[in-house]
Amino acid sequence: MVDWTYAPAPESAAIANLQPTYRPFVDGKFVDGGGEPLKTVNPATEEVLAEVGTASSADVDTAVAAARRAFETTWGPMPGAERAKYIYRIARIVAERARELAVLESLDNGKPIRESRDVDVPTASAHLFHHAGWADKLEYAGLGPAPKPLGVVGSVIPWNFPLLMAAWKVAPALACGNTIVLKPAETTPLTALVLAEIAAEAELPPGVLNVLPGAGDVGAAIVRNTGLNKVAFTGSTDVGKEIQRTLAGTGRRLTLELGGKAANIVYDDAPLDQAVEGVVDGIFFNQGHVCCAGSRLLVQESIADEFTELLHRRIETLRVGDPLDKNTDVGAINSRAQLDRIVDLAAAGDEEGAQRWTSSCPLPERGLFFPPTVFSGVEQTMRVAREEIFGPVLSVLTFRTPEEAVAKANNTPYGLSAGIWTDKGSKALWTAQRVRAGVVWTNTFNRFDPTSPFGGYRESGFGREGGRIGLEAYLDA
Amino acid sequence: MTRTVPAPRTTSDASSPHPALADVGRDERSLRRFLHGLPGVDQVGLERRAATLATRSIKKESKLQAIDMAVSMIDLTTLEGADTPGKVASLCAQARRPDPDYPEVPSVAAVCVYPDLARVAAERLAGSGVNIAAVATAFPAGRSSREVKLADTALAVENGATEIDMVIDRGAFLTGRYGEVYEEIVAVKEACGSAHLKVILETGELAGYDDVRRASWLALLAGADVIKTSTGKISPAATLPVVQVMLLAVRDWHRVTGELRGVKAAGGIRATKDAIRHLVAVNEVAGPEWLDPDLFRFGASSLLNDLLRQRRAQLEGHYSGSEYIGSA
Repeated sequence: MVDWTYAPAPESAAIANLQPTYRPFVDGKFVDGGGEPLKTVNPATEEVLAEVGTASSADVDTAVAAARRAFETTWGPMPGAERAKYIYRIARIVAERARELAVLESLDNGKPIRESRDVDVPTASAHLFHHAGWADKLEYAGLGPAPKPLGVVGSVIPWNFPLLMAAWKVAPALACGNTIVLKPAETTPLTALVLAEIAAEAELPPGVLNVLPGAGDVGAAIVRNTGLNKVAFTGSTDVGKEIQRTLAGTGRRLTLELGGKAANIVYDDAPLDQAVEGVVDGIFFNQGHVCCAGSRLLVQESIADEFTELLHRRIETLRVGDPLDKNTDVGAINSRAQLDRIVDLAAAGDEEGAQRWTSSCPLPERGLFFPPTVFSGVEQTMRVAREEIFGPVLSVLTFRTPEEAVAKANNTPYGLSAGIWTDKGSKALWTAQRVRAGVVWTNTFNRFDPTSPFGGYRESGFGREGGRIGLEAYLDA
Repeated sequence: MTRTVPAPRTTSDASSPHPALADVGRDERSLRRFLHGLPGVDQVGLERRAATLATRSIKKESKLQAIDMAVSMIDLTTLEGADTPGKVASLCAQARRPDPDYPEVPSVAAVCVYPDLARVAAERLAGSGVNIAAVATAFPAGRSSREVKLADTALAVENGATEIDMVIDRGAFLTGRYGEVYEEIVAVKEACGSAHLKVILETGELAGYDDVRRASWLALLAGADVIKTSTGKISPAATLPVVQVMLLAVRDWHRVTGELRGVKAAGGIRATKDAIRHLVAVNEVAGPEWLDPDLFRFGASSLLNDLLRQRRAQLEGHYSGSEYIGSA
């Protein structure tokens, strides 16, 4: 046997063009925020990357007022074909600055450069391109003869896909003629602020896009601001519920994209090797910091042992480490708080009698890392089967019949996504019709495309993002 | 230093298949049941994995190591109607010592020629540790009688071939006559004597990845020491997804029987970059045990020169023209 160790192949951090300070973007300008500045850290080293100005509640009012003014004077009245030009321009600049954005995203978030380079940034620019194309065709979207924009949108996004989530909110909002006040997550504000810089470079009229960094208090101030017409939130189910309570009875529109505990159902007639790939990608993509992650593997009992063996073998080859190394498969956990939560939930798995298996891959000596972990012998009642871990931890359960697979898959308050693995088309369709999840992938997982709507059932939220149906959330039709 | 490539290790005896699979080759029916009972291969997932493996960035010392590994795994090939003893002799010279300016470059694994020229290769390579591979069985089409194919094999062995590259009967395979294909491989294996048998599936003529998996298992069951993608005469030849399916087959064979069998990717691999992508696949799909000239080979003619150029570029910091490297 040859010991062939891949030499480090790091992407240069200098490409990120990191600035020592970043500031909120309001009414077309970067301004000093009234809030306490925050320091954003690189989770792979726990070193401070930059100081970021945050918004006060007065800044939120200013931003909402600017967005209102832009909606009434420039962006709202502007013909769709003209709006499209700005969005196309932003999409192109995102694509042109893809490498810079990818490195910055990996620095701030901890995700592997392979993913930020090949998934996050291209998908973000694809989302912008797709919606730019809709801007002058909204009356043909099948949502009514003359759909109107809603007005000012307030949006709060999570830390797992910072730029991509920003694009998911900004693209449809702007294409439909709305203006937006966006709050990136406290731990990952940088790429959204570069997106603001790109919007300015594209000469987007002032006030159309406002970016207000800050913690939960800024998010709360945005959400309850009476100047908004709509709130779009992606994040945890707990916060989502609170937002829904706040908005109840106000007449303001709301879409929520919340947590998940997706089942990946592997039947005994599945293409096994590709199912292994899909299960691995489903839970270890982005360190498992994915709301639609396939965190529950439901495998048919007749192949459970063989499948688990193949799975362990494959997971052993995952390379955990420096997010900027082009050969890294699993990067850093985004924050100390999230790492603590993963550690706690994994400990609960041990306590409740599930068997923990951990990849023997070496972990970096510093930084926030958690090894790829699989719990087998998991039962429906255990916390590792019920709670969203949001980390690289897979729970393996078994089933005997398709009916049992569906019952177990649906035995969760969530309903965001599911995966089905079988070579038999009729069985895939039968299962897909019965699994209560907003997105069902068959013989693949974690595929995202701007033409395909994304969103959940029940405690995973409501409203769809992407595709023709996704426009509905930003239009009065 | 010339690296001596040992002959592929004896891994099987066709007359006594592994107990776990003892009954599979018994008759046509049980073969069919077994091959059609193998898990399917999903094209989209397979190609996605291949594309991800191709993004691995192999730099610096790991690249140099990969280049030397790739050189030591080459079956340096000439399979032209115009082949002559002179052409084979020049190939053998390069096979023994690929880059005389850098004597530490290992010699290649084998020289691969038509049966009638195997003797020339055997004479030229005596004592070098480089194996003599000969294609046989009415290569490349395989369209002849069993007698002719066995005689072809016997000629190659008689002329000193230590490795035989046979082709399967694709006509029989595609019409579902698995028993015939199996028996033919068993018969050729017997005619090989101590020579090692590589079985060419000619994947470019098979009906998709499920067929590649079935043909791989069929060849392994019949006693192939190595399963090989292509003759090099048909395109597509060795692609990363096809090689991945074959690597999964030898990995699964090892899981079931404990025996290590090899894979040879032949045809279409001309650039160092492609060779390194294949080595990454070997490393991550089958496992590091397979990073060994006994267990993984490249069938190629022009790949060697590109490897040598890239090797020099790694050491000298700049690319040199192809005219600076002796070429067979």
